[in-house]
Amino acid sequence: MIQQKVVEPEHLFFPAEREKMFITGSEAVKEAIKRANVDMAISYPITPQSESMHLVGDIYAEGYLREYFRGENEFAVMSAVAGASMGGVRVFTATGGPGTLRAFEIFSTWAGARLPIVCGFMTRGVNSPLTIQPDTIEMAFMLDTGIIMLHAENAQDLYEMILKAFVIAEKTDVHIPVGVFVDGFFVTHTRDKVEVAPPDIKLPPYDPYSAPVPVMDMENVPVRQMRDPFVMKSNFISYAAHASWQQEVLAAAERARKYIYKYLGGLVEAENADADILVITSGTAASQSREAIAQARQAGLNAGLVKIKSIRPFPAEEIKELTRKAKAVIVPEFNRAGWLCRELKAVVEDNTKVLGGPRVFGGMTMPPELILSEIRRCAK
Amino acid sequence: MSKSIFKISPGFADIMPAEYRELVEQGPYEKSVGFSDLGTFKELLEEHPLCAGCGLALSLRLILASLPNPVDTIIVGSTGCNSLAFPQVAVHNIHSLFGNQNAVASGLKRALKLRYPEKAKDVVVIAGDGATADIGLDMVMQSWFRRENITTIMLDNEAYANTGGQESGMSPEGTVLNMAPTGKKFPKISLPEIARESGCDYAAAVSPARPGRLEKMVRRSILVAREIGPTYLQVFCPCPTNYKFKPEETIERIKKREKDGTYQIREYISPAARELLTRLEEKTSDE
Repeated sequence: MIQQKVVEPEHLFFPAEREKMFITGSEAVKEAIKRANVDMAISYPITPQSESMHLVGDIYAEGYLREYFRGENEFAVMSAVAGASMGGVRVFTATGGPGTLRAFEIFSTWAGARLPIVCGFMTRGVNSPLTIQPDTIEMAFMLDTGIIMLHAENAQDLYEMILKAFVIAEKTDVHIPVGVFVDGFFVTHTRDKVEVAPPDIKLPPYDPYSAPVPVMDMENVPVRQMRDPFVMKSNFISYAAHASWQQEVLAAAERARKYIYKYLGGLVEAENADADILVITSGTAASQSREAIAQARQAGLNAGLVKIKSIRPFPAEEIKELTRKAKAVIVPEFNRAGWLCRELKAVVEDNTKVLGGPRVFGGMTMPPELILSEIRRCAK
Repeated sequence: MSKSIFKISPGFADIMPAEYRELVEQGPYEKSVGFSDLGTFKELLEEHPLCAGCGLALSLRLILASLPNPVDTIIVGSTGCNSLAFPQVAVHNIHSLFGNQNAVASGLKRALKLRYPEKAKDVVVIAGDGATADIGLDMVMQSWFRRENITTIMLDNEAYANTGGQESGMSPEGTVLNMAPTGKKFPKISLPEIARESGCDYAAAVSPARPGRLEKMVRRSILVAREIGPTYLQVFCPCPTNYKFKPEETIERIKKREKDGTYQIREYISPAARELLTRLEEKTSDE
């Protein structure tokens, strides 16, 4: 194993002297995992995620991780990751698009079993017709699985969010999985400037006994002999037990808010937030939107930007506050469903001012001009 | 774990349920017990909700009584009749989803190897025939290909019993069951052979009608998995509810199948496993 010094997360995240690298998003994943003190990673190939997990394999070979293997499909990999997490180690995996859907049944069980797994989702379109292009449609399906969902805009975000995801996920009062989503290709396959902590320091190890549920290691007493297992009963107590467990999973995500504030500086980032026209978005669409509002402001239009970093928990109060004075809200998205627009419409007080789109999908890029013309239309 | 951590706080002693006190005081942890000692120690399975005459419940009791080291055994189950009994089993056991048991067990075993490199933690998969031979077959076989150090035990009741008696890949050809209204169109899957070809160092088939052999095979399948490689044990446990015979006829039914050759006791041991078992079993007989 490579020798690295364990430092406090705060040191790794903030004051540690950073090195500037010009790397792809996939390489940013590698740089994060290198410093995350991950015990085990399990991989399965799918474009555009493969390279990230190849690189994690490379750093396993270099001695940064203690165990790594390729599983047989995404459902199996996500299941093996669950087994490893129940066994009390820190695990990482990643997938995207069709892989996310192939594994879909497992995500709710991760949350229900209170497993602090961190999973990268390099999003892409789903079939049919066959596509391997950028698209965030899978996030629509993931919204109610119970996992925390962070959405990275660029490689720097991806690096930060992965590292911080472990710390947030493993808090005893949270202890549910965190998915770090990033727009595949746009971020994974392009180079960007990323500032990273020195490679000789890493996060403190995971303490399995910080879990709010028993670790499956037979090193703690097996609590059992429930003579009336809930699964067997059709009565109010069994329904209430299941319902309160699910409420507790939702409550755990709520309790993550304070840690998202602490480590990510909040669930949203706003620029010129008291503008008449607000562009609210997440992921790479935030970059084009930033460009669009800069052009709009140059043209004398009063436009602002809200970038949402945490999709689950959703920044409902923040959005409600930020949109109170706005006259129009534009929601650029990389998918056909407009899931972010739906989320926003559910929390903005006067939601008639939320305008869906522009939306691109099937692999299209989003020219800032598309957003700018929307801003112009709203300004009329 | 050491049994010494498994105790009742004196302040709660008088309010603990009787079965829990019995478990702490007379459980099988750190004791050398087997099926012939049943009745003299507290079993790991406290009652069970399964049907009268259930071959699976009987097998499960025998398997649990045969675990070589329950104090460091973690069981991974799957959806099915057996998952209804597992909440009442006093070793750590996992139910994740239907069919993913061998994938979960792979991750779990590797995690426990990392955390306890000096200690043998036995990871034993116990799942039904649907979970093992149908919905989870890819993950079962892939765990064998990868040579995971886990034991896979199939409780073969030849049907999806919990969902109301549907045909499974393990049902005999011609059997009329739900979803096979005109009879099953293909033979029972030969999983012991598949296990052998897939790299298992130990592959066996037995039934609760032979408790002595079952016990020996459970121990062997776990000891070989601990030291050498993947192992597979198939336990024939007929289902009176769905195959519509009387609960008291379960054992008779197995013996009849043994006699007509439609069910055979089998045992394959790889050379490496043979060497290990000879060494271990000589040691035991010396004691």
